[in-house]
Amino acid sequence: MPKLPKLPAPPLPPPLREPPPRPGEANGKGGPIEEAMQAGITVVDWVDERTSLSGAGRWLMFRKVPKGTNWFYTLGSATMFAFLSQAVTGVFLAMYYRPDPSGGAYESIRYVTNDVFLGQFVRGMHKWGSSVMVILVFLHMGRTFFFGAYKYPRELNWVIGVVLLILTMTMSFTGYLLPFDQRAYWATIVGVNINGTGPLLGPYLSDFLRGGSEFGATTLSRFYAIHMLLLPGAIAALIGAHLYLVAKLGTTAPPWQKAKPRAELHEAEV
Amino acid sequence: MSDKHSKQRSKYTLDRQIPGAFEGETITRRRFMTGTAHTAGAIAASAFTLPALGFAIGPIFKSTPHRWETVGTTSMFTDTNYVPAVVTLTPNIGEAGKSTVYVRRFNPEIDTDPYDKGTPYIAISSRCAHLGCPVRWVDAAERFICPCHGGVYDLLGRRVGGPPVRPLDRFYTRVSGENVEVGPRFSVNSQLRRFSPRDPGEPLDGIGQYLYPARPGAQKL
Repeated sequence: MPKLPKLPAPPLPPPLREPPPRPGEANGKGGPIEEAMQAGITVVDWVDERTSLSGAGRWLMFRKVPKGTNWFYTLGSATMFAFLSQAVTGVFLAMYYRPDPSGGAYESIRYVTNDVFLGQFVRGMHKWGSSVMVILVFLHMGRTFFFGAYKYPRELNWVIGVVLLILTMTMSFTGYLLPFDQRAYWATIVGVNINGTGPLLGPYLSDFLRGGSEFGATTLSRFYAIHMLLLPGAIAALIGAHLYLVAKLGTTAPPWQKAKPRAELHEAEV
Repeated sequence: MSDKHSKQRSKYTLDRQIPGAFEGETITRRRFMTGTAHTAGAIAASAFTLPALGFAIGPIFKSTPHRWETVGTTSMFTDTNYVPAVVTLTPNIGEAGKSTVYVRRFNPEIDTDPYDKGTPYIAISSRCAHLGCPVRWVDAAERFICPCHGGVYDLLGRRVGGPPVRPLDRFYTRVSGENVEVGPRFSVNSQLRRFSPRDPGEPLDGIGQYLYPARPGAQKL
């Protein structure tokens, strides 16, 4: 058998190759800091080569914004951070809460507030944060309305925003029952009955919310499941859709920002 | 135009020049497989969605059994004034399942409405017909007064002021030996005509009884 000529070694795939010296490190490898940086870049490269996430990240984060963008444009992000704060504090409150209508619910809330380390703080964050979120939602809505940012092509984002507003109010309504004190109980009685005043479907909606014809043993667990399983998922998904449309369509300039025609257009008209 | 259209709409895949078509075949295998996969997916999704949905809305159609509860002995009640009694509307959930009922003996001079004939005792629910807050019988004023939004009712539970949309609900009563028993709740319109129990805030006069239909599980007594 004739001896085959040896094939040249295939080129190494890019991640395994020695990276070319970066500017400023022409005199060989740098110290441990440079090496750590290099390791970080390698990890990010590894993930990005398999997911192409950096493109999506750039698309989302580095957008062109119109001239005149100001602090009012941060109200949406503020609302989102209020939601994230509610989500995080809510998860930790759920570790202590017991949806038991025959005294356990109230007792568990009392325990969180009085006995758990930082319990009062976390519960306070959740309680006051819900009001903050509702206020921010309305301010964000007002900004969108007064800046005319709901107009074509952003109508669908306004619709999603209205659904998010309704879901936020439903969150506030269902969360209000959970401490299960007198205020919570009577507020829920009144709230469910307000729902019931809707013609034709109202009585059925009341029965659905209460889980029966009277305020019963399942009402509290029903509100608890809606409050911590059903609605947070829906809100998170809709916030994702809301943000996607913001990134896709871009933001509007404030109404007082006058469009300045470009000089070459003037010349072309003449 | 119509010629070309009818040619394209031929039932047979062979006529439509589709590669690999069989004689007499009317649907392509690709379309058939796509349809099968979609149907299988729809069946699988509804197999867990429909039971979960039924599970969630099932309570609307559930009927609760009638409960009769003793509120006192016949000597405790007069026919001119109300005596409050606590009844359990929903068992096993502690205080949240209890409610106050105002009871007095049937008085033929006051209770002249034909619908009340034959009821030994009048038991009036303390649940305000506006939004369900607890009303209180105020002796001096001879009125039921609601603390939440100012609903006012007279001795028979008929609205005399404020936002309520119908009179106070009542309970069926019966006497068993020496004991006065309170049974299921019913609602009344402004003529005190009886209807199956409605939630507060739902008017029963005129078109109201149709706009706010009875609960599907409501049982006739």
